[in-house]
Amino acid sequence: MENNSLISITDFSTDEILRVLEIAADFEKKPEPHLLDGKVVSTLFFEPSTRTRLSFESAVNRMGGRVIGFSDPNISSVSKGETLKDTIRIVSNYCDLIVMRHPLEGSSRYASEVATVPVVNAGDGAHQHPTQTLLDMYSIKKTQGRLDNINIFMVGDLKYGRTVHSLVQAMAPFNPVFHFVSHQKLRMPNEYKQYLDSKGVKYYEHEQFADLIPEADVIYMTRVQKERFTDQVEYEKTKDFYVLKNSMLANAKPSMKILHPLPRINEISQDVDSNPHAYYFEQAMNGVYARQAVISYVLGLKK
Amino acid sequence: MSNKKELIVSAIKDGTVIDHIPAKDLFKVIKILDFEHMPNQVTFGGNLESKSMGKKAIIKVADKFFADSEINKIALIAPTANLNIIRNYEVIDKKPVQLPDSVVGLCKCINPKCITNSEPMQTKFEVVKDDSVSLRCHYCGKITDSEHFTLL
Repeated sequence: MENNSLISITDFSTDEILRVLEIAADFEKKPEPHLLDGKVVSTLFFEPSTRTRLSFESAVNRMGGRVIGFSDPNISSVSKGETLKDTIRIVSNYCDLIVMRHPLEGSSRYASEVATVPVVNAGDGAHQHPTQTLLDMYSIKKTQGRLDNINIFMVGDLKYGRTVHSLVQAMAPFNPVFHFVSHQKLRMPNEYKQYLDSKGVKYYEHEQFADLIPEADVIYMTRVQKERFTDQVEYEKTKDFYVLKNSMLANAKPSMKILHPLPRINEISQDVDSNPHAYYFEQAMNGVYARQAVISYVLGLKK
Repeated sequence: MSNKKELIVSAIKDGTVIDHIPAKDLFKVIKILDFEHMPNQVTFGGNLESKSMGKKAIIKVADKFFADSEINKIALIAPTANLNIIRNYEVIDKKPVQLPDSVVGLCKCINPKCITNSEPMQTKFEVVKDDSVSLRCHYCGKITDSEHFTLL
């Protein structure tokens, strides 16, 4: 790890990931409302992401820390043309940790190189969002009782979805079986399939998945954005293949859980919400524990 | 050196001869090595005949012995190049250029959404050696292949 920052999920070894998940479980069991007494955390959101920001701020508040920052770059010095480096160097003086979201890829890595305090990446463009990956893994571990030998279905936009890319990499050491369900235009990119090949991980690609649901331990849904299709007729024809409806879940394994990084638009029908397989709202709660764990770990307060 | 007829570019007493540069890449090599700001005597020849390459280019730099880290940058553009170290008109060492493991501040990242294309900062790449040479951005992780190398 570079000066204790967390920029990419690959900055953590598998052992470190497992340790952070344990710490998250500890926070869930036993809140530590004074762990961050006297500490200040900056949340610098160079692009808006209300949910992620609130999740981080909730995590800091639950440990007794204080939060400073901005959620709209238009009102900050950024709009006056200050470089990222200058902003980060200045803010480093004001806090013990920087949580940062930025539309440009690689911005967090660069920030971690110029900051004098640890940086946690809360999303840098389409590149990385490691705390999302950790909360996804925490949710899998918590609902399945293990990380090993999980049958994971990933559904929707597998080409552009950074959450699925990171999760594929992070789960690879745990002998998973992946089922990639997508329109042929939105398939998992070759670089990730090659990665899985190199690790000897099994994966299958499908264009539909209704009949396969009984095999799944976890169904990870993602949003298919209309704008990804140049041919809107194509979109209209296939969009329903990637919508999960309550009627499709009748033969699912009792322990099967449905995850979604949210926001959901229509890829999970509203009638699924009350089904016991639905887990996406609890998953968001797990995000707070996972972020508490990351913050306390990079600050060296938990080892 | 016996075959004197090849000496279209005049010999140097001491220094470095960079030979077997692909003819089309001569000026890129000149740019990478920043001859514009070098006080040494530099002579170069372009589109010279070469048995092995068809056309090649050559650069002779008097009284200059490059550090590996300095000269190996050209391997990205001119992997076929080799170096002849000259002392008193004699070739005392001959070696090919070696691909470096990383390059800093040489090329532009191909990803328009990469932070390096917005901030006043140096680019940094890991050199990926597969069938062809490409660069993986240290910041955004995207690959810039050799066809898209843009020198800064």
